[in-house]
Amino acid sequence: MKNNTNTHWGKLLFLGLGMVGVLSCERDFSDEVQFATFSVNGEIYTDDPVGLTDEFFESFDPEEGYDTDAFDTTSDEAYEGSASIRIDVPSADNPNGFQVGGIFRDRGDGRNLTQFDALTFWLKGSTTATVAEFGFGTDFDTTDPFAVKLTNVRLTTNWEKVIIPIPDPSKLTQERGLFSFIAGSLSTGGAGYTFWIDELRFEKLGTIGQPRPSILGGNNSQFPSIVGQTLNIAPLRQTFNLGSGRNQTVQLAPSYFDFMTSNPSVAVVNDLGQLTVVGLGSAEITAAITGVLAEGGVLVESSETAQIISLFSDLFTDVPVDNFNGFFVGSTTQGGAFDENDNPFLDVDGNHIIRYTNLNFVSINFFSEENRINASEMTNLSLQIRVDEAVDPDDFIRLELNNFLNGQETGSSFTIPSTELMAGEWVTFDIPLSDFQGLTDRSGLGLLFFVTDGTIANISVDNIFFSVQ
Amino acid sequence: MRHITLNKHMKAVLHRFIFFIGIFCFVTACETDDTQTVATFNDLVWEDNFDVDGAPDPQKWAFDIGDGSAEGIPGWGNEELQYYTDRTENVTVQNGFLLITAQEENFNGSSYTSARLKTEGILEQAYGRFEARMRLPFGQGYWPAFWLLGNNCDENPWPACGEIDIMEYVGDEPTVVLGSVHGPGYSGGDAISKDFELENDRFDTGFHVFGIEWTPEYINYYVDDTLYQTLTPEDIAEETDDEGEWIFDRPFYIVLNLAIGGELPGSPNSETIFPQTMLVDYVRVYRNRIVN
Repeated sequence: MKNNTNTHWGKLLFLGLGMVGVLSCERDFSDEVQFATFSVNGEIYTDDPVGLTDEFFESFDPEEGYDTDAFDTTSDEAYEGSASIRIDVPSADNPNGFQVGGIFRDRGDGRNLTQFDALTFWLKGSTTATVAEFGFGTDFDTTDPFAVKLTNVRLTTNWEKVIIPIPDPSKLTQERGLFSFIAGSLSTGGAGYTFWIDELRFEKLGTIGQPRPSILGGNNSQFPSIVGQTLNIAPLRQTFNLGSGRNQTVQLAPSYFDFMTSNPSVAVVNDLGQLTVVGLGSAEITAAITGVLAEGGVLVESSETAQIISLFSDLFTDVPVDNFNGFFVGSTTQGGAFDENDNPFLDVDGNHIIRYTNLNFVSINFFSEENRINASEMTNLSLQIRVDEAVDPDDFIRLELNNFLNGQETGSSFTIPSTELMAGEWVTFDIPLSDFQGLTDRSGLGLLFFVTDGTIANISVDNIFFSVQ
Repeated sequence: MRHITLNKHMKAVLHRFIFFIGIFCFVTACETDDTQTVATFNDLVWEDNFDVDGAPDPQKWAFDIGDGSAEGIPGWGNEELQYYTDRTENVTVQNGFLLITAQEENFNGSSYTSARLKTEGILEQAYGRFEARMRLPFGQGYWPAFWLLGNNCDENPWPACGEIDIMEYVGDEPTVVLGSVHGPGYSGGDAISKDFELENDRFDTGFHVFGIEWTPEYINYYVDDTLYQTLTPEDIAEETDDEGEWIFDRPFYIVLNLAIGGELPGSPNSETIFPQTMLVDYVRVYRNRIVN
């Protein structure tokens, strides 16, 4: 032991001498050499752009409908000082593009934003409208590992401060993507409008608290899988409480999260949020940001025979369906009906869900010849249901699966009683297909009904898939 | 919302060395003149540092139990929604902190449970410094308070017996606390009251010390080391058009509680998180030999 201690002291002494050497060397050439230190300036736009690229505004791809001429600055409006950024959101029929969006980049190698806790700016509209998104961390060069987006931002005709919290400032040691936005005219029925942005900067507010991250919309998802299967863990969100007392939820890139697996020989997640099933067994996937455990998780159960046919989920590639509401005669149900199979309802910030209102009965239709599902090998139907109203004792949801065989349509049913439903909470159901009364052949499934006879008028549905278990 | 004004009287011509010797800060409250007496109360007479795990020390604390019905004031006179208990789920001492936890549960006809501790019959004192170091919950419907109640409310019903609110807070304003006095002619919504807003910080993410220094001439309200309000007998006369009188010359006892809902905060909403815990690091009472 004594020898070891002596050795350490010797090493320390050596290191110390080395440092003295380095320090004295630095003095020699510091006049000519610039070491890589990234700007800690949080200012982006006050009355002029601050330290941005010569382009200032760099548009998203015009091929995708972005109007590159919709961006300007003006001295006619300002929250503070003499000028502001002016965005003229194009009308839906504008030949130069139906939306506007782009980024501001640091003109250098990026900024050190670790001392800030939010991107803030003042915002005013020519009319009340909803701007699709504001954010930062998009730079056109990298995979945007630390991008953050605040979606569906309400515009008013007064100046109002927008606060976009930084999920973990310690990650932003060199960030070039200082601002991003996308705006269209969906909320104004296609009519163009103008909004102004002023005093755009990163700030240390100190009044943002109570961070609550979530993955998969806060749901605990469970799914069977085979080795080699991959999926993206999404959506990723974090809710903060602002100094005003209002909750603010942002969408954020996976690299803010620490993903954890209970069994790395079964499933692993990389820092891009991609889950890969690597072995047989079960593993629980959870995530955290700065030590705060995220709500939601995934239970992976892999087997050699697992198969999935997904009707609607964020986890899997969905099979095509005819529509999510056929508006059958006698149905009062609204919602869920889409011309395009890939255009389901959006949850408030990007999670895809199906939402039915005024429900008596409704069906997801996949009975056209090409969309029918052969579920002969499948054993279970999984889905998540949230009742968007109070649950009364007499309430029920009856699921009906209809099969088409040789031109004959036969029905079957499984009833979920009120005792298994929860108001405002997602409940996962994993129902053996053998529990569906009357389902003998399932080689040509074409309809999945949700029947409440009006006992429940409002539900949301997510993650509907058949599986082998 | 009223803000405090901090006037830093510092002569620009001061030499750098003098700058290091001292900066004089004067705190001004809107209601009174610019000068304030800052008394020192350094004679500690009562404290609980919550050093022993388990139920709060019965030698130091008593409980109010129920929803106020037994006291003839259902909802504790404020339409509050909670049922107070002394169960471990609602009140306990752990790791040096008093934990008062509000739960969302059906209990004896109420939808929430919580706890309310008091020093009635244990520590009752006129004048002195009363302080507590606390971390508060957040979200609409939470209404924690650290306050004093006159010890003769049984014979001389509230508001005549007087109330000094050292700290009140509503969870949907996480940067603001209120300091108030209630008395005859200035109670409830007409209490004499002032906000204090934290700059660059909030009350639910760290601990802050809430205190008053109370003499026959004034009550000074503090958050940490900031004096933000002085109330004098003259202020009470002025605020009430000479209708109200200073009634703060008798012993008062301490109340520490975490209410849910009621007239001040409104009911919890779908975003309010339950359970949440109010942490109290210590409660201390000092006196000053001159005024006590």
